[in-house]
Amino acid sequence: MAAARKLPFWADNILLPALNLLAAFVVSGIVIWALGDNPFQALSLLVQGAFGYQEAIGYTLYYATNFIFTGLAVSIAYHAGLFNIGGEGQAMVGGVGLTLGVFAFGPHAPLLGVFAGIVGAALFGAIWAFIPAWLQARRGAHIVITTIMFNFIASALLAYLLVGPLHRPGGQMPESADFPAGTALIHIHDLLGMMGISYDNNPMNISFLIALLCAWGMGFLLWRTRFGYELRVVGKSAGAARFAGVSVSRMTIIAMMISGALAGLMGLNELLGEQHRLLANFTLGYGFVGIAVAFMGRNKPLGIILAAILFGALYQGGTEVAFDIPNFSRDAVVMVQGLVILFAGAMEHLFRDPISLLFWRFAERKAA
Amino acid sequence: MIDLYADTLLLVASTIRTATPLVLAGLAGLCAERAGVVDIGLEGKMLGAAFAAATAAAVTGSAWVGLGAGLATSLVLALLHAYVSITQRGNQIVSGMAINIVIAGLAPTLAGAWFHQGGQTPLLSGGARFTEINLPFAESLASVPVIGPLYSEVISGHNIITYMTVAIVPLVAWMLYRTRFGLRLRAVGENPEAVDTAGISVAKLRYQAMAIAGLLCGLSGVVLSTGLGAGFIRDMSAGKGYLALAAMIFGRWKPVPTLLACLLFGFVDALQGRLQGVALPLIGEIPVQFTIMLPYVLTVLILAGFAGRMVAPKASGIPYEKDH
Repeated sequence: MAAARKLPFWADNILLPALNLLAAFVVSGIVIWALGDNPFQALSLLVQGAFGYQEAIGYTLYYATNFIFTGLAVSIAYHAGLFNIGGEGQAMVGGVGLTLGVFAFGPHAPLLGVFAGIVGAALFGAIWAFIPAWLQARRGAHIVITTIMFNFIASALLAYLLVGPLHRPGGQMPESADFPAGTALIHIHDLLGMMGISYDNNPMNISFLIALLCAWGMGFLLWRTRFGYELRVVGKSAGAARFAGVSVSRMTIIAMMISGALAGLMGLNELLGEQHRLLANFTLGYGFVGIAVAFMGRNKPLGIILAAILFGALYQGGTEVAFDIPNFSRDAVVMVQGLVILFAGAMEHLFRDPISLLFWRFAERKAA
Repeated sequence: MIDLYADTLLLVASTIRTATPLVLAGLAGLCAERAGVVDIGLEGKMLGAAFAAATAAAVTGSAWVGLGAGLATSLVLALLHAYVSITQRGNQIVSGMAINIVIAGLAPTLAGAWFHQGGQTPLLSGGARFTEINLPFAESLASVPVIGPLYSEVISGHNIITYMTVAIVPLVAWMLYRTRFGLRLRAVGENPEAVDTAGISVAKLRYQAMAIAGLLCGLSGVVLSTGLGAGFIRDMSAGKGYLALAAMIFGRWKPVPTLLACLLFGFVDALQGRLQGVALPLIGEIPVQFTIMLPYVLTVLILAGFAGRMVAPKASGIPYEKDH
């Protein structure tokens, strides 16, 4: 069978994702055209808005940071054979943990507050993922549906906390009080400034570097350790793993907790890096986009980073496009993301099979 | 005593109303999964149908044109999911999620471009909606004790799609268990090899099942925007597609138990509406954010198997490949 033949590295990791992306863009272009706008103008505005000037690049990488965290979260669960759609809820609850950590230690020692916030974000995200994981491992509750339900529950819980116990005293909006002074992650442009390089102000902060570190860490864990090997075996074949003496339910729970912790860390960028307070629905669908990022990046760390930058560009550029083409709003960006998931995640055979066939024919001709 | 009776009747009536879209979507998921296709895209199909129905109804002023548009939209999405799942042998969960996300973005985009009301469609009224139908003598019988209010509040006064749903449940059950097509549909979800060996096309049967699922799910979206609501609102399906899927699992992939599970969800939803702002004895007033959680928490509890073990159709979610 042609489809079973292995493709060269560049075809698998560059050509196919590019074709999937192209297909998603073509369909989006048709929608933009049908609404009476020029899709090529939209594309050029998008690229200009995402990479055209210093501030734009900063914003692109700022959004990309969120996507690296959520993409890694989806990916590590996927390697264990689990589909974690709960990144959104885990990020929300992680945000609560971050806020509690910051307020518990921040007023006395800002640096300790930052560390407590980071630990709180990971811990609460992990706990929110633990419950569906446990229910899947021990009671057979379908993790896809339970994680979706936990998104709704987290959203309501966050809404309650922000008008109740965590509400800013005397405030009108559903948000917490400002984080104590000094408890913030340093901006990259400030960091560059210290090194004598001037760069326009933008929200990109050192959580981008933390995200890169997490990506490296996940790669190391999955492909360089015994634990990672066992995790991937569970994902490929639960039966084989059981036969080899690996506890599938234990792996399910651990993989989901790592996944939840990574999703929870998203709050580092949004809350500790930029907003400096807890907001209702600060996750803005980043958890769902993590699915697209993971598939687009072929579930590999480097791929996820590149895919996250692509989606960051789509977000930042899309915002700029909306100024000139009002029909192309944030909603349209969501549509493009969905199309990328469709083409890169679900319909990968669409391009893979013909291309495999092509390579196969070519190789045969060469041999003959 | 009379107050309590009247209150109960109102609660039952609103349970039936809120359960209608769940029942239709639940049956849609059931048809798909019994044939071996997992359809997590119910949510997107529902939202897409709700948008198409509201748009067509707003433009033409006819709820029936809206109904047609809603069914067509959902059918197209169901066949897309079928193409990905059956022909392309892609990941069915990913495909369903992708459809949900595409529609969540596309519907408000189109609504914004066409109607300029911030991602909504105009408010529907009159013939553009499926309004409540008062059955004959509902008003004159209302004063008859006990039976009168039951007839006028609970049995009369629903929109036509709710009455259609009452007929659709036995129809789907009959199709599944009493027709040759239904037997084959169930077989293809349990043991596609056997169906294939008998010379029947697995792919064709699954496409047909998905088409039925598309139409049923379309109807559930139509009732959302033109029956229960009066227009399309962003994210108006609010997880109902997933709740329906959970109800179907709770109903063990059977039509009547699925109906009962949907009624339970409808009841919880109706109850949470009634609980808002009411002070309960001992507990006091429950914050609205917690009552909103009720259906979702219930879903988790049910799926966690606190209601017994559930076994899915054997071949559901597995693409069929002839050559293995």
